[in-house]
Amino acid sequence: MRCRLPVIVALIALLGGVVYADARSDARAQVEFGIAVAQRGLWKEALYRWERATQIDPPYAAAFNNLAVGYEHEGQLDKAADAYERALKLEPENAMVRQNFELFKEIHDRSNQSSTP
Amino acid sequence: MTGRTSLLLLSAAVASTLAGCASFYEIPIETPIAAKLDVSAFQRVYIAGFLSGGTSDIDGNLETVRLLRSQLRTKSSLRVVDADVLPLIKDAGGTGPQGAQGLGAGPAAEARQAATGEIRNEKDLQLYEHIFGDAEYWKRVGEEHQGPLIVTGTILFTPHSQSGMVQREREVIDPLGRRRVEPVREYMERKGFILQEKIVFIDGRTGAQLHSEAWREERLYNQNDTTPALSSFFELMDEIIPRFLSTLSTQRVRGSRVLIK
Repeated sequence: MRCRLPVIVALIALLGGVVYADARSDARAQVEFGIAVAQRGLWKEALYRWERATQIDPPYAAAFNNLAVGYEHEGQLDKAADAYERALKLEPENAMVRQNFELFKEIHDRSNQSSTP
Repeated sequence: MTGRTSLLLLSAAVASTLAGCASFYEIPIETPIAAKLDVSAFQRVYIAGFLSGGTSDIDGNLETVRLLRSQLRTKSSLRVVDADVLPLIKDAGGTGPQGAQGLGAGPAAEARQAATGEIRNEKDLQLYEHIFGDAEYWKRVGEEHQGPLIVTGTILFTPHSQSGMVQREREVIDPLGRRRVEPVREYMERKGFILQEKIVFIDGRTGAQLHSEAWREERLYNQNDTTPALSSFFELMDEIIPRFLSTLSTQRVRGSRVLIK
């Protein structure tokens, strides 16, 4: 029994890794397909794919970044802000996400500029 | 799903399989910015005129009316009413509870006095701003033009000068003959203009104020530049016009973003 324990632990770790790798590769496939359709102007389909990717693999920052870009393109600015923030929380040093977010904030701020009802 | 969409999806699938190497893609996007004001109830828009002041080099009222009308003609679905510009300063002197005709002292008297002179600053403008709250006046104006959306407000275009440290870029050639640009800080006297604009949107059917927006822009030039006031005015209006248009209609802002794998 004693010598079986490390084997079981190792198996669980290995299996966990495989499950994680599967989730990441499934999510990656969704993300790649989303990029390909977005490049052809099919943004709704792209959004669906990136949403799926974030559900399959919630710590996948790229999926949230792309989702944010998709929401931005569709004019859903609040959702875009949330998605950018999620992406940056997962990868705070990612320069591409930061750049996207900065550009987004510029537009968002402009649309909310000085209004006196 | 249409045949074209299926084809696009199929080609996208092939492309996503083939393009496995790059890890990021730059993509153009168009972000729609929803209009701040719902103008669906109106078919017409009347740029009625502005209380304007500041430099006497330009007529801020007429220039703004002309510019906004031409912008709306091309960038809005509303029909632009082509009518005379209202003499707002004169009208503000004779309407409402604070009107100069009704009272002989206080703010009204100041207004009457100012009406004979020039509007130089915000304080002078405030003497007339009560006109925007005069629903009866705007209702009458609206009735003359079939109840349009009325656009009015204030324009203050004033000369401005400023001195201080300014950072600019200077081209230098190093000992090896290579050109490079380096930042230099230097003391400069600069002059230019400030444009303060308040746009008021009024329902021409009821005379009620619907919305207002206020913006401030400034441009400073090198002391030696002789930029005419009118050029500077148009430069500053270039900054303001997209914001004005985005109040009335959905605007699409073009840009690019990076998609990541």
